[in-house]
This record gives sequence, C-alpha cells and structure tokens, in this order.
Amino acid sequence: MEQALNSESKAASALAIKLHEVNKWYGDFHVLKNINLDVQSGERIVICGPSGSGKSTVIRCINRLEEHQRGDIIVDGIELSNDIKNIDRVRREVGMVFQHFNLFPHLTVLENCCLAPMWVRKIPRKEAEATAMEYLERVKIPQQAHKYPGQLSGGQQQRVAIARSLCMKPRIMLLDEPTSALDPEMIKEVLDTMVELAETGMTMLCVTHEMGFAKTVADSVVFMDGGEIIETNTPEAFFNHPQHERTKLFLSQILAH
Amino acid sequence: MAIITQNASPDLPPPSSDIGLKGWLKQNLFSNALNSAITIMLLIALLAMLIPLVRWAFIDADWLGTTREDCTSGGACWVFVSVHFNQFMYGLYPATEYWRINLAGFILVLTLLALMIRGVPGKKYITLFALLIFPIIVFYLFAGGRFGLEPVETSLWGGLSLTLVLAIVGIVASLPLGILLALGRRSDMPIVRAVCVAFIEIWRGVPLITVLFMASVMLPLFLPEGMNFDKLIRALVGIVLFQSAYMAEVIRGGLQAIPKGQYEAAQALGLSYWQSMYKVILPQALKLVIPGIVNTFISLFKDTTLVMIIGLFDLLGIIQAAFSNPDWLGYSIEGYAFAALVFWIFCFGMSRYSQSVERKLNTGY
Repeated sequence: MEQALNSESKAASALAIKLHEVNKWYGDFHVLKNINLDVQSGERIVICGPSGSGKSTVIRCINRLEEHQRGDIIVDGIELSNDIKNIDRVRREVGMVFQHFNLFPHLTVLENCCLAPMWVRKIPRKEAEATAMEYLERVKIPQQAHKYPGQLSGGQQQRVAIARSLCMKPRIMLLDEPTSALDPEMIKEVLDTMVELAETGMTMLCVTHEMGFAKTVADSVVFMDGGEIIETNTPEAFFNHPQHERTKLFLSQILAH
Repeated sequence: MAIITQNASPDLPPPSSDIGLKGWLKQNLFSNALNSAITIMLLIALLAMLIPLVRWAFIDADWLGTTREDCTSGGACWVFVSVHFNQFMYGLYPATEYWRINLAGFILVLTLLALMIRGVPGKKYITLFALLIFPIIVFYLFAGGRFGLEPVETSLWGGLSLTLVLAIVGIVASLPLGILLALGRRSDMPIVRAVCVAFIEIWRGVPLITVLFMASVMLPLFLPEGMNFDKLIRALVGIVLFQSAYMAEVIRGGLQAIPKGQYEAAQALGLSYWQSMYKVILPQALKLVIPGIVNTFISLFKDTTLVMIIGLFDLLGIIQAAFSNPDWLGYSIEGYAFAALVFWIFCFGMSRYSQSVERKLNTGY
C-alpha cells in the first residue's frame, strides 16, 4: 500500500530542479564542468566531495548567489536568467541554510524569522509571528524566540536558521555544509532537525560530510571532484560498491579517520 | 598520581586592598614609587593652573551690571556676555520677533526629547513630523512673510540660532545623502559607481572655506542675470554636499565590515536590494560607525563657524562682532570663553547621546 502510494506520488511529482550542461568559471578557473542533475520533487540528495570540488558552488547557483555562464538551470519550472523577476521568484521558493548560519545579529530570533515573510510575502506581523513560533517549536527552541542570535549556541543558531528558511514556506531547501562549523556535541541536534525536515517530504539538496545522514535520509548521493559529477548513486550502492577510483579514495579517507 | 577534587572550592572575596577606592588609587595612581612621584607632581601642576583659572572665572568675576564700569574686581567680566546675550542668541533678528525663534526652539527641544526618551509611544510619527513638518514650520517662523508674520531677511539671522539652523540642516541632510553615496560607491552599476566616486573625491578634495567662497562669490557670476539664491541657502547647500562626502566614506567603512554572509542570507530569503539594505545591512553598518558618524556631526557643527567669512554671523561671528563695539573693547577672552562653552555643551551632548545609543543597540555580537 505504502509502496503504491509512494510510487504514485513519485510519478505525479514534477521536476523540482534541472541543471543542464552547467558551466561556471571564476576568472580563468573552470569551477563547474558540464553539470547535469535532475532533482524530483520530494527527493533528497546529498552532495559530497573533497574541498574545492565545486559542490557548494553548484547549490549556490541554484538560487543565483553565484551566476553560471553556460547551461540552463530550471528551478520549479522557472528558468534562471538575468531576469531579476525570475531570480526573485526562485529565491522565494528556495530556502537556504549556510555553514556559518548567517543569522541577522541585530534582530531577535523571532524577528529573524518574520523579516522575509513580512517584507517579501507581505504577510501581516501577527500571522508571520504565529508561523515563526510554529517553526521554532518544530526545531525545539520556542523559548529562545526573544533572544538575540549572539546569545545562542552554534547548534541553536543553526536550528534558528533552518526555521527562518522554513518560515518562507519554501518548496526546496538547499543546505550548504550545515554542520561543518559546529562543535561536535552540537552536530546531532542539527542533524536530528534535518532528518525531521526530510520526513516532511521536503525537496532537499544538502552538501555535507555527514555520511550517517546520507545513509539514513538521502535518496541519492552525488560525488563531485574537480568541478565534475563523478558518480551518482543510491546511498546503499554508493557506500558499499563505489564505482570510480576517486570515489573509493574519498570514501577511504573520510571513513578511515 | 591521580588528582581528584572531592569538594568544589568556595568563591572567596578578593583581597580588600584590590577593590574599592583604595584599590583603584593603588592601581592607577600609586602603583610604585615613580608613579607616586609623578602623580604628586602632576597634582601640584594642575592646582597651580586651576586655582588662578577658578579665581578669574568665578571668585573675582563680575556677574551683574549693564556697562563696563561695573567690571571693577579684575576677574572675568561676564557683564560683557549678559549685555550682548540676546544678540549672541538671535543675531540682528528684530527683538519684537524673538518669540518666533523661541517657539521654534521649544518645538525642537520637545521633539528631540520625545525621540530620545525611551518608551515614548509613536516614535515613527514623531520622526516623520521632525523630518517633514518641523522644517516647514521653522522656515515660516524664521523667514515670516506668511500667516501674518512679518518677513525677516536671512541677512538679519544670526547668533546661536543661525548656528543651529546650519548645523541641524547639515546633519539631517548629509546623513541620508552620505548613505546613498556610500551605497552607490559599492554598487555593481559602473556609471552609478563612477558618479559617486567622482562626487566624493571632488568634494573631499577641497577645503570647506573654498566651497563657501565659491558658493557666495563665484556662483552668482555663473548664474544667469536676475537669478539669485539666498546667501544662506547657498552656504547650506555647500555645507551639506561637502559633509555628505565625508559621511559617505565613514558609512562605507561600516558597509565593508559587514560579512558577505549577511548579504547572501538576505538575498537567499528573497529580500530585494533596498529591503536588504534597509532591514539587514544598514542597521548593522550604521551601528558600527556611530563613533565616526558622530565625529563628523561634531566637526560639522564646529565648521559652521566658517560661514562668517562669507558675511553670515553665526555664534562665533556675532561674538567677534561684539568685540568691536566701542563701549566694550578688550573683552575678547570672555567672548571666546563663552563661545567655547556653548560649542562644548552641544558637542559633548552629541557625544554622550551617541554613547547611550551604542549601549542600547548592543545585542552582544
């Protein structure tokens, strides 16, 4: 029954993100080489790879924090071009969580969460605050709502950042190494939040080195190196039977430590 | 050998010689023999200077009277200031119309208090009033010519009221202009950036005196026949444009200190450029450069004295004019001391207020 439901929803689901032959250069440096990636709605994808492999750049291109020079990026049916209207539409549908949280330090947690809904979606303050409290409950820090980010621990700040993104009711979430800047004892609370988020059926694209998260949550794992996608596979196949030499080397390095 | 602490050690108070007044004196003034000697020597030198000053300014001073004959005791003759007081405040403004300036000053004080005291409701409306309606009220009160008020030419304006007009207009107009210039200088649009860079560099590159001279002497030569702006307006425009260039550079310093992640987070949430500047970047950047902004305000306030070279009598100008009053020759020290005191009160007030704003905005990052 569940299987049937699942496959039915999969079949009905549209393409959430499509990257076609995406190329990008920083000056002379060719950071992204012919990236092709299709993400179905509701799919959860983990991108991993050594540092400098272009994995952050890929997801930053999806909400146009970086510009790609060649190829097509289509997000939720909207093609990213220089048209500022399209960029704004995409950013409204796509939430992003950063490695360094990037909360607004001069605003309280609640104000951080209400800012974009009130100014971008033009939702009245009362309603925005109610939604914000709902999401702060979901990430289990409603009692911190009136504190400033500087008064919270790293893990709490990252959970606020996740709640802040969710307050915009995005259809797609991009997570750029969300646990890399955290102290070890705080990684779990953020990972738990991410797992819960995945269970809601959110389309997620996550750059991370947390292989445990990839194994439990991801529908597929993308391995990048040198600006290219080297291997894409289900987590089960990716970890147990890596195909490419570079994948094997990468896995041996991160799993050995 | 393993060390295991069984019971937590209790917190003990610090030694009594390290706290309180005694501790402070020991730490700061008498920490060793050399420092003690320096402290005592400086104390003696300070007293040697302060005692004559206090005697001149207060003990031996003459406070009451109407003519110079009342100054007999050899100290400061404050009668000079009290006799000219109205002139120092209002310049050559007709005495029967002083109430208009007083009323404007009264509204100004009320508005400022309402804005500065925490917990006053409706700050948004008070700010709008202060920025939009108040200047119109002040203009008609000062200049007259409408609503049955007798017209008063700007050449009669003067004294502290003129200084405040110049300083407040300068401050209120140069801050937003400076913000726009700073944003423009960091813009991605090459033409906007070039215009802003050129504006800032040109205005910063010339002395304010030159600007005022140009505005007062040269501008009329270039303007078509019959077209002439009021001298005060020309001076005001000169001051505002000049100071906004400085303000822009101060604010740019703050903008550069904001991490790239703040811009990216605002963008990623879908905020437009102006929204992210207004709600995210500027509140943080301006807070960082409050000391620099207030520094510019204070120097602007004092630079208003330069308008005397184009024939406007601000506070300092009108005091200097009083020196040449044949009945009161030889009292320039009292005049300058009074000018210094008035300027110091305003500048110190701005400085203290800025510190309290900084404390209020501190959210611990």
